[in-house]
Amino acid sequence: MEPSLASYLALSGILFTIGATGVIFKRNALGMFMCIELMLNAVNLTFVAFSRYYADVTGQLFVFMVMSVAAAEAAVGLGIIIAFFRNSVSIDVDDASILKN
Amino acid sequence: MESVAQTAFPWVVWFVAVLIAFQMVLMIVAYTVLAERKVLGWIQGRIGPNRVGPWGLMQPFADLLKFIFKEDLVPDKSTKFVYYLAPIVALTCALMPMVVYPFGPAITTVDWSFLPWHLGDGVTTLPLTIARIDVGVLFVLGITSVGVYGIALAGWSSNSKYSLMGGLRSSAQMISYELAMGAAVLGPVLLAGTLDLNGIIRAQQQSFFRWFIIPQFVAFVVFLISAFAETNRVPFDLPEAETELVAGFHTEYSALKFALFFMAEYVNMFTVSVMCAVLFLGGWYVPGLSHLVPEGSIPYAIVSHIVFIGKICAFLFFSIWVRGTLPRFRFDQLMNFGWKFLLPVALVNVLITIVVVYFLNI
Amino acid sequence: MVTNAVFFLFAGLAIACAISMVYHKNPLYSAISLIGVFVALSCIYVILAAPFIAAVQVLIYAGAIMVLVVFVIMLLNLDDDRPLNRLKYLYAVGAGLGLILLVQTFFIFYAVMRAPQNPVVSDVAIGKTLNIGANMYSRYLLPVEIVGVLLLMAVIGAVILVRRLNQPELERVVEDELTRRNQEDEIGDFRISI
Repeated sequence: MEPSLASYLALSGILFTIGATGVIFKRNALGMFMCIELMLNAVNLTFVAFSRYYADVTGQLFVFMVMSVAAAEAAVGLGIIIAFFRNSVSIDVDDASILKN
Repeated sequence: MESVAQTAFPWVVWFVAVLIAFQMVLMIVAYTVLAERKVLGWIQGRIGPNRVGPWGLMQPFADLLKFIFKEDLVPDKSTKFVYYLAPIVALTCALMPMVVYPFGPAITTVDWSFLPWHLGDGVTTLPLTIARIDVGVLFVLGITSVGVYGIALAGWSSNSKYSLMGGLRSSAQMISYELAMGAAVLGPVLLAGTLDLNGIIRAQQQSFFRWFIIPQFVAFVVFLISAFAETNRVPFDLPEAETELVAGFHTEYSALKFALFFMAEYVNMFTVSVMCAVLFLGGWYVPGLSHLVPEGSIPYAIVSHIVFIGKICAFLFFSIWVRGTLPRFRFDQLMNFGWKFLLPVALVNVLITIVVVYFLNI
Repeated sequence: MVTNAVFFLFAGLAIACAISMVYHKNPLYSAISLIGVFVALSCIYVILAAPFIAAVQVLIYAGAIMVLVVFVIMLLNLDDDRPLNRLKYLYAVGAGLGLILLVQTFFIFYAVMRAPQNPVVSDVAIGKTLNIGANMYSRYLLPVEIVGVLLLMAVIGAVILVRRLNQPELERVVEDELTRRNQEDEIGDFRISI
């Protein structure tokens, strides 16, 4: 006996809730980013559940697109975080030629 | 009683199969350690360990006892949970792909009705793969990707400069060469038309000249080089070489936790050797054997299995041979080579394979 | 029956790891918990007869995206999250939002259980790689191409963001930063800080 569609939707909703409250409670940018990834995964689960219960492959293909978008978002978002961190902290201990003048 | 036995039977079979495969992998890994020391010794003009048992054959057990009895040090300022988690992750992710290895052909000529409780009714084949999933190649690639965490977390949680540098370098190297390995694997997968490991072997089964090493030689070379980089073996073992960073990410690990990392490295070597043998050398297929012994019988399966292990041992020997022969790459040379040379070559190979498959088969 | 038990096991694991991720202030523990969530979700995709998506989930999310996140945490040597001192109202906002979303989840569960249940049209072949690949390059070719362009944009953007500045640019950036630091006041906790 398989779990019904409602169980998968409920699990997805609970994960989405946890991710949404996490985005509000977290203070650092990386924590917020990880909670957003959790929300995206909850939505992925909804798509795959509907794809199974209505025998349509569109759900799984959209999951593929969401994963690609999440990967692109990870690359650019982490680049922004690194650039931000670099410019706000590491200028003081950077090139010694700056202090030479 | 009969229905209980009938529901429990598949689980018992899977459990026993996993135990047998686990035992086999660990035995091969233990004797690979001994083989490495002896072969390196012969390359370097000396004899390897030969005191413990005839020709040193009991050496792995002596090593195991040594690891168990060593003092277990934990650095004071390390993050305890992550410190204990890292070797567990490394070894688990190294051992998990063993459930998809095609150890041999399916046995179809045995009549299973001698089993009690009607367990054998309707069963005609005994496949020699534990989990026959469709996406075997992706499964192995994914699990080895997760194995990077063992090294990265070990390097970070030991709270020491050498470990952190070694861990970061090692994980950067592994994720860079994962891409080249994935692109190299795509070539044989395109030729076979399936991601299933048994399906890939079946596609190479027509004759010796169908083995994918011949049309996909470039992919084979790329896969071998990436395999050395993935498992942190010479010539890519800068992160854990003794003269460079003390011992890299496992500097602060002692006794049994170090033994787990050590075993994880050799099990990773075993994994890439199996993938090489399956993807490029035809796996358990022995050309001409089906003329001598009926296909699907027990002798056919046994001989095929032994030949498969032989192919794997050939790759393990090649890996040890390379260790004794080549110097190691500097880290920036290594990263340049992986990104700027190996990945484009693998991608061009995939492109050419796609074009050839499309125009020859449509 | 076994499927149900396995589903509840992995669902419980996913929820436990998600709560652990939100609870921990150390970013590395959050990252490890999130990896646990991804692996549990991958197992649930296997129960849903989507083996390709399950393997790709482990390969991309747990094996690539989270490796990047863990790298950034280690390289930047991030400290633990600071407590919400001046932002106590966020507790109320978070709790309110969480409550609303939970109520919506239970409503969805109740509505779908009460809805007329169609017989499950479960065709296991739709999850197979062959089917996904065939659809990806025939019916859904345009989204695939757009995603390719998107990934190219992301690669270009990431490379530009973290390139090293050459000397004249570096001096200009340092001068701007020093003038800014001479002029700014203490803004406090309202700036997103790492």
